[in-house]
Amino acid sequence: MEQKDYLLEVDNLVKYFPIKTGFFKRTTGYVKAVDGVSFKIERGKTMGLVGESGCGKSTCGRTILRLLEKTSGEVRIDGKDIFALSKEELRQFRPQVQIVFQDPYSSLSPRLPVGEIIGEAVREHGIIPEGEFDDYITRVMDACGLPEYYKGRYPHEFSGGQRQRICIARALALNPDFIVCDEPVSALDVSIQAQVINLLRELQQEFGLTYLFISHDLSVVEHISDTVGVMYLGSMVEFSDTEAIFAEPLHPYTKALFSAIPIPDPDVKINRIVLEGSIPSPANPPAGCKFHTRCANCMEICKTQAPEYREVKPGHFCACHLYDGKKED
Amino acid sequence: MSEHNKNSAYISASESRRITRFNRRVTRKLEKARADAGRDPALYTTVMKDPNNVVEFDNVCTYFFSDVGTVKAVDGVNFAVPKHSTVGVVGESGCGKSVTSFSIMQLLQRPSGQVVGGEIRFNKGDGTAYNIVNTPNSVMEHIRGNKISMIFQEPMTSLNPVFRIGEQVDEVTKLHHPEMSDEDVKARTLEMLEMVGIANKEGVYSMYPHELSGGMRQRICIAIALACSPTLIIADEPTTALDVTIQAQILDLLQGLKDKLNSSIMLITHDLGVVAGMADYVVVMYAGRVVEKGTADDIFHHPVHPYTIGLMASKPVVGKKVDKLYNIPGSVPNPVDMPNYCYFRDRCEMHCERCSGLYPPEIRISDTHFVSCYRYYDEGEIVSYPKSVNVEEL
Repeated sequence: MEQKDYLLEVDNLVKYFPIKTGFFKRTTGYVKAVDGVSFKIERGKTMGLVGESGCGKSTCGRTILRLLEKTSGEVRIDGKDIFALSKEELRQFRPQVQIVFQDPYSSLSPRLPVGEIIGEAVREHGIIPEGEFDDYITRVMDACGLPEYYKGRYPHEFSGGQRQRICIARALALNPDFIVCDEPVSALDVSIQAQVINLLRELQQEFGLTYLFISHDLSVVEHISDTVGVMYLGSMVEFSDTEAIFAEPLHPYTKALFSAIPIPDPDVKINRIVLEGSIPSPANPPAGCKFHTRCANCMEICKTQAPEYREVKPGHFCACHLYDGKKED
Repeated sequence: MSEHNKNSAYISASESRRITRFNRRVTRKLEKARADAGRDPALYTTVMKDPNNVVEFDNVCTYFFSDVGTVKAVDGVNFAVPKHSTVGVVGESGCGKSVTSFSIMQLLQRPSGQVVGGEIRFNKGDGTAYNIVNTPNSVMEHIRGNKISMIFQEPMTSLNPVFRIGEQVDEVTKLHHPEMSDEDVKARTLEMLEMVGIANKEGVYSMYPHELSGGMRQRICIAIALACSPTLIIADEPTTALDVTIQAQILDLLQGLKDKLNSSIMLITHDLGVVAGMADYVVVMYAGRVVEKGTADDIFHHPVHPYTIGLMASKPVVGKKVDKLYNIPGSVPNPVDMPNYCYFRDRCEMHCERCSGLYPPEIRISDTHFVSCYRYYDEGEIVSYPKSVNVEEL
């Protein structure tokens, strides 16, 4: 078997947020936002990370970039364990990994002109000699579909789609290998969404970028991703190639999630698997399989024993007792 | 470069003063006319064109007299909501779909927001109708929340954080049925909570909104909206803030309750998928005007307006693999300074010579299917030209 070139390897990543109560702010419990997540992304590919709000997908994205410190586990980007880097090493490493945030209205400084927003980090990291700085910013803006004369304007003069382009240009200007896109299109209108998605794909082809695409919009994820991971309450419940997972979801949660996607065709009546209740609190997740409280196929074993996350089919990982008996092919 | 730097949004001080003076004059006049009309029931009662409709929007024009000029948020909108059916209003943000619903609820920010023309007829049930545009507040109080009610987008912000859930649902019933005793009101509230699928109704009755999840809060909002069995429910993006699985629950619930209460739903959303699953009729709006309307089958299987087609092609669909999504070039024209030709022409890839003429009329291409586009000018019967109100004449 050929050796695959993985840019990002996440191994059993755990991130707990302490809950502090009382006068002395003693830690009385933990919100288990990310609870043992492992996955890999090949260089130049896109992985979609989906799940309901509160399932820890954004926390996962931020911990990978070390915007949040981990609780345990390992993250290797390009072979480097990023949690082992010292402060100075981390600073030098930062340009390689970038993030595009969800809300383009609050992630741009209102006091800086666009050229400066995009160029600030470029200057800071010395990506480009001072003399070529202006040309470089123009080229980056051009790649993201922003005309040059926008440089002197301020973020409030732009619409949501344009601002998201600025955010993407800012990330791209540092010449990164890896970009975490944290719900980059969910605040945008449908027609603007399409523009931004197309832009992301074009840039990927042009610069060989690797994306971690976090979203709750499954149709967008299907469109842009090569592989998809489904998270529920801090854990990865299923991971596979996009085609495989959409054609044949294995985990009952994935099935329910996919059946809830509204299809824009009035004649298609899908058999919706409606999940009862809502997502349990991540501070006090249910024992056994975390999904057993809402699962239609719940068995006795699910209530006591957490299922193992393992390869059920080649390249298709799933954490569910339903597939316990089945041997790997 | 310098000409690009020129800020088109710049308004000189004298121009700004002129706009302010004009706005003050116009809004005063409109407010006075409204107050006069409100005193005489004959002026706010009319007859429905078709008694089988719950609401008829007839050339409604809602303008905002803002500091930068007059924004024609809704400009000559025509459509009707038939009894016991769901009408989906689709469009991007800023296309006037929410303003349309605020107009019928009289929730516009007055005096700057005004319905300057047209009629909104709301069926009383006996063939006569209220013309909502002129209905005074005293009458509106009995319609709002009672006959027409609204579910808002953000369940987080539309509930009052300092009152218990029970009190907030009670309030509606108490207001519209003052004759009911406290026990009856509470019984009704519990019945409503059960109807919207809340298992622990006694417990939730005495909870505060922050103790509930987003989906639960939206259920409470629905319970509040349906407490008086309204004939029209306006759902303004009811599921946008919710997760997919919760969205599916809420949509199923709404559909079920509509049949139970014999109401109609006006579903405002930008998600075509949601509309396809729910609506009988679909109205597509663009820049304050209806560009296409018809049954769900017409719109989803035979879309004809380039905007509708573009909108459908730009949304990725699960199970349909495309290499590149279609994107509608450009963006919506400036609402203060709308062109006098078709608003979509500059973004349209199918535009022809005719498109530079006046805004296209509404054309009937089948019994239920209407479109405003010159491409069908010769194929269908012209129903009406859009009527805009000239603000300078007000």
